[in-house]
Amino acid sequence: MSHSESAMPRLLAGVSGARPVDHAQHLRLHGALPESLPGLIDQLARAGLRGHGGGGFPFARKLEAVSGRRGRPIVVVNATEGEPLSAKDKLLLTHTPHLVIDGALAAAAVLGAREVVIAAESGAAVAAVDSALAQRPRGRRERVEVSVQMVSGGYLAGQETALIAALSGREALPMLTPPYPFERGLRGRPTLVSNAETYAQAALIARHGASWFRALGTAQSPGTRLITLSGAVSRPGVIEVAGGSSIAAALLAAGGASEPLQGILLGGYAGVWAGPEAQSWQLGESELRARGATLGPGIVHVLGSSGCPVDSTAHAVRWLHEESAGQCGPCVNGLDAIACSLEELRGDGDRSGAFAHLERWCSLITRRGACALPDGAARLVTSALRSHRAAFEQHARYGGCEACAGRSGVRAARQRAGVAA
Amino acid sequence: MSELRIDPISCVAHGMCAELLPERIWLDDWGYPVLDAEPLTPELEAHARRAAAACPVFALRLQRGSRPAGRDPRGSVGRERTDSGLTRA
Ligand SMILES: Cc1cc2nc3c(=O)[nH]c(=O)nc-3n(C[C@H](O)[C@H](O)[C@H](O)COP(=O)(O)O)c2cc1C
Ligand code: SF4
Repeated sequence: MSHSESAMPRLLAGVSGARPVDHAQHLRLHGALPESLPGLIDQLARAGLRGHGGGGFPFARKLEAVSGRRGRPIVVVNATEGEPLSAKDKLLLTHTPHLVIDGALAAAAVLGAREVVIAAESGAAVAAVDSALAQRPRGRRERVEVSVQMVSGGYLAGQETALIAALSGREALPMLTPPYPFERGLRGRPTLVSNAETYAQAALIARHGASWFRALGTAQSPGTRLITLSGAVSRPGVIEVAGGSSIAAALLAAGGASEPLQGILLGGYAGVWAGPEAQSWQLGESELRARGATLGPGIVHVLGSSGCPVDSTAHAVRWLHEESAGQCGPCVNGLDAIACSLEELRGDGDRSGAFAHLERWCSLITRRGACALPDGAARLVTSALRSHRAAFEQHARYGGCEACAGRSGVRAARQRAGVAA
Repeated sequence: MSELRIDPISCVAHGMCAELLPERIWLDDWGYPVLDAEPLTPELEAHARRAAAACPVFALRLQRGSRPAGRDPRGSVGRERTDSGLTRA
């Protein structure tokens, strides 16, 4: 059993190769979820568990908010993982689904919920959860109905109000808030929407408690987190690291960079670009926020010397624009204008006019959509301009570089982003 | 004091609001309204009501004593709006 406080990995214990951790192995590795969970919210609060879906919001506070509402709540597990550079939630569902299920059941117990809905976006993940559910013995927790639902709808399906819409049989489009899901979500019930990894972490805290959780990681970023590494690294894939470990250490665990490092994209397509100096930064939401960065859903993408930050950013913004719901004027028009400017910078010759408006447009679209998609795109572009200024100026002066003409950087990584635990 | 809010999903850039309340609403590069951060004053309230009423798709709303975006259910006003409508500790 991995009850030992400093044993690593935690979430990925027993995860290797293609075979998922079955229920018997799950019990051997982690023990059973306690039958009663008094004071779990308090344990989660003291553990300092934050959401792993991108926002880093304290999980215990969200539970409290939902439990403070009238009506029987519903628990939703967000494993849609539309972010192209993320692979951790798929890995959890396909390789260690019982942890995710346990965490959702623990949340349901705390809230008095009778229903857990696991939202996944691949047939393989749905099948893995179905067979995991079939392995579980019928017990007291059978009063809670756990189901898994396939959700399509791309990147936006992961946004919580769009997810509620999709789970309700409607198109996966974000809705105007308030009401927020914790107030009125699925079937009008107060709904807890959290990320698959968040529940998996909670499943361990429910067993071992807050001080066990804090035995790894830093005071600011306790416990462990899953990181998906991609780009110019020797072994791209998902790893588990202690909170606050350096990016350099994470890269080393993945066999090191495969090219001289040009930059690092943290947090994914809606994340933050940094220069090579970010290798010394700590992997924790608080630590990164203090530097104006974010971990998002645990993404570290390495831009090697053969890549181009302008090309990668252009590709990401165009992709976000295509994924946008097309509902809000500032988002649709702003992202298109920004993507066009960035694409123009990849062309030939003098492009000095192309990025005249970029910064202004970024601030113009921030907080003006029904969801946070435009805010993320603006953050990506602003950080690219800040940390890779010289490359942008170079492109404005002389046109696209060699990498712009080829297929490198984020674009290629997306196709490769495999899972290697 | 009342507060103006735009529903970005409904808004289709008619632009009436910016004409009726130029003191607080201007149009962006694509014709969509942007709200000034400055709160409404009592003198502007009647104009704001007129602007909201003039919107053909009801995308501009005047909310009386509404909760600010990002206010958590227990009433403490936080520093940062999150996507879930809750505020950070
Ligand atoms: C455009 C967009 C896409 C999102 N996609 C995901 C996603 O794929 N998975 C996820 O867990 N959260 C996603 N989120 C965040 C969710 O809205 C929500 O905050 C999250 O599921 C809460 O889980 P957590 O508190 O455990 O982080 C997305 C948000 C936005 C704005
Ligand atoms: S902000 Fe963009 S992605 Fe979000 S709902 Fe509006 S149009 Fe869709």
